[in-house]
Amino acid sequence: MNNHFDVIIIGAGAAGLTAGIYLSRAKINTLILNEGTAGGQMVLTHQIANYPGIESISGYELASNMKRQAQNFGCTIRANVKITSFDLQGETKKVVVNNKEEYTSHAVIIATGGRPRPAGVPGEDEYKGKGISYCATCDGDFFQDKEIVVLGGGNSALEEAVSLTKYAAKVTIIHQFDNFQAFEHYVSEAKKNPKISFIMESKIVEFIGNEKLTRIKIQNQKDLNTSEINIDGVFIFIGYVPNSERFEGIIELNENKEIIVDKNMNTSLPGVFAAGDNIAKRYRQVTTAVADGTIAALSAAEFVNNIKKNINIEESI
Amino acid sequence: MLRTNLTHILSEKEHSELLDNNENVMICCGRMGPMCIPVYAEMEELEKEYKHVKFADMEFDLPDAKVIRELPECRNFFGIPFVIYYKNGKVVKATSSIQSREQITSNLDTYLNHHE
Ligand SMILES: Cc1cc2nc3c(=O)[nH]c(=O)nc-3n(C[C@H](O)[C@H](O)[C@H](O)COP(=O)(O)OP(=O)(O)OC[C@H]3O[C@@H](n4cnc5c(N)ncnc54)[C@H](O)[C@@H]3O)c2cc1C
Repeated sequence: MNNHFDVIIIGAGAAGLTAGIYLSRAKINTLILNEGTAGGQMVLTHQIANYPGIESISGYELASNMKRQAQNFGCTIRANVKITSFDLQGETKKVVVNNKEEYTSHAVIIATGGRPRPAGVPGEDEYKGKGISYCATCDGDFFQDKEIVVLGGGNSALEEAVSLTKYAAKVTIIHQFDNFQAFEHYVSEAKKNPKISFIMESKIVEFIGNEKLTRIKIQNQKDLNTSEINIDGVFIFIGYVPNSERFEGIIELNENKEIIVDKNMNTSLPGVFAAGDNIAKRYRQVTTAVADGTIAALSAAEFVNNIKKNINIEESI
Repeated sequence: MLRTNLTHILSEKEHSELLDNNENVMICCGRMGPMCIPVYAEMEELEKEYKHVKFADMEFDLPDAKVIRELPECRNFFGIPFVIYYKNGKVVKATSSIQSREQITSNLDTYLNHHE
């Protein structure tokens, strides 16, 4: 494989794959590098029912379709690779994979998305899969007639709390604030469900158990008093963190570690664009990631075409 | 059947044959869901690197998957996939829920290491 590309895209989620489709279709030689499975968070989504034109599709299938579409236009995709170092500063961008293979390009699109925010308290790693879960559709049926907690107050937390009442005897929603961030219809669905109760203005500060999770310690955020409750399981839905730490100090990030871009998805470094859940924005959806990916691709295409034009002019002089 | 490129185990008999015929075996028992798909994908990649290990999957909801679901090592598991590492037919490690590539390779290196 020739190791020079016009554009390298880091991340093969909805944003990166869309950028790959647009660039490859425009005959811009494009490589997508992805740590882990191509598809990103779409693969973590059981059913997507709000992607326009497709009434309902599994996230896995939508991701596979996007991947195939990009490949059919000639995009090279390397999944399950580790980016071990990179240099985005100069005119020629360099990305090293698995400590050995170096790729270069004129432009880079950072489409590294986000990951579920962990509770970040003692016991979380120990009891993952042994009482702590991040996926209601995957693990809900292990909690038939059991008492569980849902941690969080956004759309996912309230929607999943309601869906978990299919299995659990009792669902307690623990939320750090005194009101929910979720849309009103999710809140009212949860409030009218007889199996759901609420502990507001509280945080989980420790997961406790032996071979499996048995208890949690919670702290009231007003008086800071702690108490323990016995529990069979905890589902954590407290939002996402952007995968941007690798770029800190290289491109401009905001206080939430989100990448700052202008309306054309330019970052603070020339020739480096960003798209999707890792940029500073309010709404994180497949549709918004796809839109960002489109804009980043068109901007990167213009950038690359200008460089090539200049090279041609220099050569003809 | 699971939509992966791994060897599929469809019955208790196939499970025991696989263990009889291979010294080092890693089986991912799951569904086509968000916590499982990334593990199958890692296994498909690692299959090329860890030639001395037999990689396979088994659908969690098959009745015969009780050979995995009912293992004593899995009695406290509340998250799919259940991933089992076998050496000479014996369970040497079992994990529950999604695992990163680093976690999987660390288990392969620790429990299914290659003796020349
Ligand atoms: C459970 C769940 C349900 C959801 N439901 C819906 C829904 O119904 N409708 C909807 O519209 N949206 C939904 N969303 C949100 C939607 O999935 C995301 O907003 C969207 O997929 C983000 O796409 P992305 O490309 O920006 O990022 P991601 O999907 O996060 O993709 C980023 C990719 O980059 C890779 N990566 C990260 N760091 C690196 C690195 N250093 N090097 C190389 N690769 C890297 C990751 O492995 C990943 O593949 C849901 C999300 C979740 C988790």
